[in-house]
Amino acid sequence: MRSVIFIVLGACTLLALPHGLSFSQQEILVFLTINLLLVSSYRLLTLTGEWSLAHVVIMGVGAYASALYSKELGVWVPVSILLGGATAALLAVLLSFPLFRMKGFYFLIGSFAAGEIIRQLWKRFRDPFGGPKGIKGIEPMPDFSIGIYDFDFFEPVSYYYLSGVVVAVCLWLLWRIERSPVGLTFHAVHWQDKLAEASGVNLRAYRTLAFAIASGFAGIGGGLMAHYVGTINPNSFDVDLMVYVLTWAIVGGTGTFYGPILGCVVLTVLNEIVLRELGFEQMRPLIYGLIMILSILFLPKGLESIVQHLVTRRSEKGVKDRRAAE
Amino acid sequence: MTHFLDVDALTMRFGGLTAVDGLSLKVRHGEIHGLIGPNGAGKTTTFNMISGFYKPTSGEVRLRGEVISGLRMHEVARRGVVRTFQHSTLFAEMTVLENALVGTHMAFRPNIFAAIAGWDREDRRGAEARAREALEFFGLDHLKGELAGDLSHGHQRALGLAVAYASHPDVMLLDEPFTGMNPEETRGMMDLMRKLREDGITILIVEHDMQAIMGLCDTITCMSFGKFLAEGGPADIRNHPAVIEAYLGGARHVA
Repeated sequence: MRSVIFIVLGACTLLALPHGLSFSQQEILVFLTINLLLVSSYRLLTLTGEWSLAHVVIMGVGAYASALYSKELGVWVPVSILLGGATAALLAVLLSFPLFRMKGFYFLIGSFAAGEIIRQLWKRFRDPFGGPKGIKGIEPMPDFSIGIYDFDFFEPVSYYYLSGVVVAVCLWLLWRIERSPVGLTFHAVHWQDKLAEASGVNLRAYRTLAFAIASGFAGIGGGLMAHYVGTINPNSFDVDLMVYVLTWAIVGGTGTFYGPILGCVVLTVLNEIVLRELGFEQMRPLIYGLIMILSILFLPKGLESIVQHLVTRRSEKGVKDRRAAE
Repeated sequence: MTHFLDVDALTMRFGGLTAVDGLSLKVRHGEIHGLIGPNGAGKTTTFNMISGFYKPTSGEVRLRGEVISGLRMHEVARRGVVRTFQHSTLFAEMTVLENALVGTHMAFRPNIFAAIAGWDREDRRGAEARAREALEFFGLDHLKGELAGDLSHGHQRALGLAVAYASHPDVMLLDEPFTGMNPEETRGMMDLMRKLREDGITILIVEHDMQAIMGLCDTITCMSFGKFLAEGGPADIRNHPAVIEAYLGGARHVA
């Protein structure tokens, strides 16, 4: 019963949220929503113990694919976004053949190289990728009305609602996967791959599965972004954004499902809203970096460790109260 | 008659070093078979070849007449040959129950679509029941919420066996299960292995602890410098001149 109240309250907050913000803050909110999907899907890959540097490029694969499907083939935009995700997942399966011959740091570097190759291909081939200038005039999401609310997808608020629903569904799917026996097997592959293999786990298949799922959801995120911004180019998916994803994951902590989400929300709000409001325009990267260093020094297990600490303290207090009552 | 597990002229070379040289041994169904030998005799290498961790240079391993050597480790496991590891190789960061649940992977293969839709409740319940059964078998059920890394050494060894047992194996390959155990723990472990044998599981065991091996095994194969040395019951092996020489060193071999 209490959880229902929490969910309703949370949903109302999220619904009301954009109306208290300025236009540019509303735009940031849209990107934040999409980035939540990006960083949460990244966490699914890290469950198997592998960290990739290609995740943002693979998001770009979803964006390019979705843009091209809708532009060149006339696919209805919502469908093309899903197809973009599928394309990204498929590409991940293909990439897994060379990449999963490696593990650990070698995989990290290999994935970076693979991502750069994809980016160079976008730059090199003007047809169909548009070369260095990328793709312009991407079909926007078609407007529609649900009676009480008219969706006009040039408005960030409308797009926030749409991407919010899509991202919520994707996060729910990711959560279901993590909590399932499949998720347990991912953990097993991470902590002791040899013992997992001796228990009959096909390591390659599970690593590929995690990579494909993570890439598929990143691709959906890319599709959402492409049809909002309307223009994409190879530099929209460069290593800068990848570093941000890593920062969100590390500062938030990857031990729990909510860790990276927490990292993404806190750091984005801090960077885009608090520091801007305080007037640190030029100094923002400096302060952002400082915050990161401090958080790693003093919160090595990430922001999630604060939440865990509070939750255990509360439950311990609850136990004590009950004991006292007895 | 084809033997249950048949190791035939197995050879493993690492560069110029021949770790195992033409080793043959036959394991009968339902017995505890020991593999002994001095340090560096190639016991663990043999083990790694049977379990699919290494691919043998030449020779074959057959299970019920089917060749299993050269298969990958999970493929060997899926045919019913499950191994444990030296030391306490466990999922230390996961709970005891979760460790055992990974062991049920083959019996209850996870399906991602069923898991998302929630159609795998039966399977999850079955897997958990099997995991609990395995933990009870090894007397670990009271620890199921603990992290595997926090257990005592003896419990960790038992959990390693429970993970393997949870997968309904036909053959268990145990790599030095008595290492670092005190006599009491060793006795407890021996009882558990006899229980496994009563359950119809064939056990192949590599071990240094002579007392345990002699008290436990039905058949013992002794190897030295990668080669087959002797085979027989505990009494035969104990009095076999070649075995005594290999362990204590005969005059001719002392350089």
